[in-house]
Amino acid sequence: MNAIILSALWGVLMMYTGFATKNTRTVSVVALLGVMAVLVVNWMEYLGVSFFNIDTKGMLAYNGFGLIFNTVVLFSTLVYFLLSGREIEKAGKSPSDLYALIFFILSGISIIAGFKSLLMLFIGIEIISIPLYVLAGSDKSNLKSNEAALKYFLMGSFSTGIMLMGIAFLYGDAGTFYLEGVNAGLGALTPMKAIGMVLLLASMSFKVSAAPFHFWTPDVYDGTPTVFTSFMATIVKSAGFFAFLKLFEAAFGKFQADWQVLMAVVAALTLVIGNITAVFQQSVKRMLSYSSIAQAGFMMLGIFAMNIFAKQGMILYFAAYSIATIGIFAVLSKFKDHSIDAFNGFAKKHPLVAFSMLICILSLAGIPLTAGFFAKYYMLLAVIKDGNFLWLAIVAILCAAVSVYYYFRVVQAMYFKEPSHEEELEFSPSFRFILLGAAIIILVLGIHPDYLTGLL
Amino acid sequence: MFAAFDNFPALLIWLPLAGGLISFFIKSEKTARAIAIVFSLLTMGVMMTSLFFSSTESFVYNQVSYVWLPNLGSSFGLILDGLTRVLCLLTALVFPMVFLLVPGNRYPNANRFYGLMLLTQCGLMGVFMATDALVFYLFWELALIPVYFLASIWGGEKRIKATFKFFIYTFVGSLFLLIGILYMYLKTSNGSFSLVAFYNVKLSDVEQYWMFLLFFIAFAIKMPLFPLHTWQPEAYEQAPTPVTMVLSAVMVKMGLFGLLRWLLPLFPLAVKQFNTAIIVVIVVGMVYASLVAIYQDNIKKLIAYSSIAHIGLMAAGVFTVKSVALNGAVLQMFSHGINIMALWIVADLIEKQTGVTKISALGGIAKKAPKLTIFLVIAAFANIALPLTNAFVGEFMIFNGLYLFKPWIAAFAGLSIILSAVYTLNMIKQVFYGEVVATVEGYVDINKTQAMVLTVITGLILFVGIYPDPFFKMMYETVGLIVNRYVTI
Repeated sequence: MNAIILSALWGVLMMYTGFATKNTRTVSVVALLGVMAVLVVNWMEYLGVSFFNIDTKGMLAYNGFGLIFNTVVLFSTLVYFLLSGREIEKAGKSPSDLYALIFFILSGISIIAGFKSLLMLFIGIEIISIPLYVLAGSDKSNLKSNEAALKYFLMGSFSTGIMLMGIAFLYGDAGTFYLEGVNAGLGALTPMKAIGMVLLLASMSFKVSAAPFHFWTPDVYDGTPTVFTSFMATIVKSAGFFAFLKLFEAAFGKFQADWQVLMAVVAALTLVIGNITAVFQQSVKRMLSYSSIAQAGFMMLGIFAMNIFAKQGMILYFAAYSIATIGIFAVLSKFKDHSIDAFNGFAKKHPLVAFSMLICILSLAGIPLTAGFFAKYYMLLAVIKDGNFLWLAIVAILCAAVSVYYYFRVVQAMYFKEPSHEEELEFSPSFRFILLGAAIIILVLGIHPDYLTGLL
Repeated sequence: MFAAFDNFPALLIWLPLAGGLISFFIKSEKTARAIAIVFSLLTMGVMMTSLFFSSTESFVYNQVSYVWLPNLGSSFGLILDGLTRVLCLLTALVFPMVFLLVPGNRYPNANRFYGLMLLTQCGLMGVFMATDALVFYLFWELALIPVYFLASIWGGEKRIKATFKFFIYTFVGSLFLLIGILYMYLKTSNGSFSLVAFYNVKLSDVEQYWMFLLFFIAFAIKMPLFPLHTWQPEAYEQAPTPVTMVLSAVMVKMGLFGLLRWLLPLFPLAVKQFNTAIIVVIVVGMVYASLVAIYQDNIKKLIAYSSIAHIGLMAAGVFTVKSVALNGAVLQMFSHGINIMALWIVADLIEKQTGVTKISALGGIAKKAPKLTIFLVIAAFANIALPLTNAFVGEFMIFNGLYLFKPWIAAFAGLSIILSAVYTLNMIKQVFYGEVVATVEGYVDINKTQAMVLTVITGLILFVGIYPDPFFKMMYETVGLIVNRYVTI
């Protein structure tokens, strides 16, 4: 609750900073302080200190899992602000508005972290989505950005419609919006409940860009200004997955046997489509869009299995995936040319940045001693624990092997090829050290994942 | 975390790791090389010392276990038992020799080169000593990543493609291994990754078959066994020679070691079910690899294919699960590592001086470099497994085991020995004898360092060939446990 209110208030504050100062650096600093404050109050709530006691009639309730998730997301946002602050300042005419939108999104994410009712789910998802449509189109003079925004808006509202329809079916069946009420029902999976469930599955798959509802992703991610793609592909996607997980655990947990096959198919499809398509990309940005679909496939495994390993693994996955992807995007956003060749010989010119980026890439590829390995480890463990779906684990590892192919093309370009690119890049010392810090976090989580999973 | 750092196994891990990390921060190439040599010699010293503390009373010095991830049921466990000693000794011997042979100015950014090499050594040591499946897996990968960078940065012309093929192959294999390990972990009674817990898991026949398959793919790719060997000749050819030495002398032994430590004890029913078929495929692969070797005109590829045949023989010996063959195979793992080092050294010296690796373009080196020729001939005899050389002892025992298993298989496998004589002697005749061709006109004989390393190798070849007893004393107990476990199912 602390986080919802503070981030909403800070969003309003951010809008006014635009009037107060024209210095974009000050705006960034205020935003940075804001996300730190939200992070702190959220952590205090985890420790049992709540500043606001509002009676939500049980529609919102926070437990350790939700608050840890929120902490991970807020921490990732902090890393994002630190690394990409400069780019946000350059993105639009008034960065204060953009920062305000991001804070509203954080408020929506905080609702998602504690929803107990379908209504809150809907409100949370919408609060996240609407500012995102604006962010996607923030580069107003760029046609691709406009196209991305429109596409995202149309597709997004379509999926919202489906979600509402699903909620209506569930309400019609159970007579309540509460997740427990939906789960309780009469025991059996009635046709109405089944339809509602499938509709929600479809719309949630849409939000997290799981196949076969992933078609919007590459275009939108590619068209959106790189700095906001980074935010969409990591923090917002994590929130989508958390909502997905929580919804299916609390509302449909009893019917796991019924939706599990469906979920397995979605996961397998997402893995295969995301990974295979990513292989053919020549642009790093587009490759990362498909890789985000591929990584979503891995996270779907957690929703599919829905056991203790899956929950621990999801939290770790959010952290590992978000920090690594934010790091790579932060470097990428300094490049004008997004092709893989632009990275040729990068390690010779900027060894420290290249090394940090290498750790991020190794983590995405799931190489041991990085957080990404243990994230995938937990997902595989969750699937194998489930018992009857060993084939899904095999599909997952084959896809992981494919993913090594396209991730390592960037590594090859950075380390083994001669510089062919004239573009001069400047990385400030603070940027380099923050990126290195992110890489160190990835390594620490790769050696001691229990620092994070042990909190649950 | 460092509570147990004064034990032998811990030192064998921390020394190369520390040396590797220090090397990265050294600017001067000479200093980096010196650090690498010092740390690898220190590691060798620790290894040698540990051999004198191998009785049961000093067991405590040879085992490490500290808490790492208690929630996951994994502890950082290492052990130096009979089997491990042989392989760690090999690892500890190979690295200083490699470092001594590399001339100071050969590789640009030498600090990174030595750093990555030492990290590889750390990974290899970890693989051989791990008593925890998760730790084993992590080291298994840790040994691979530095090699990937080493070969891709300092390798030959087609290095990026060849090395990537090698990397993807082994990475896929290890992912299968990961699935197998996770499945076993979930089957343990107390959710533990320890070797002991894995040994106590009761699996049905069908489960064993599946698990066997998952583990076996990983090990077979690493060795590599026919028909999964296609990454190997290219990778050996393209990698820089020091890396190729490490790859072929030590790294491929990871697969064989995996069979002995994990596969045989964990899935005896499956081994019993499949071993005849696997041995037949391996033997066919051996003969195939030997035939291909005969037709190679490239020294490096010849050595690579010859290695496939030799590794195949060891794997076949392991799968017979006869005590004599297992003892022979472990000894041969050591011997093969030493012998192939010698062959690579010679191939590298020739390539460096003449710039040619084609057998048909060389000739008459013996006249120009008599010392080198003596060493080469001894190494070549060892490669053919002539009596008095180290390989004779091991291969003889493996054949003994194969004969006990199925006489006709032993007979067929014997072909590869004959063929190995054909290609090895043929290569010597072409390259070292006959007319002196233009490319070797200015050939200079070996220098003191090279002579010293080659003397050590020759000494080992003859020592093990004449008096292998210390090795058997070291390993027979551990090997006996593996065989017993298999016999008593």
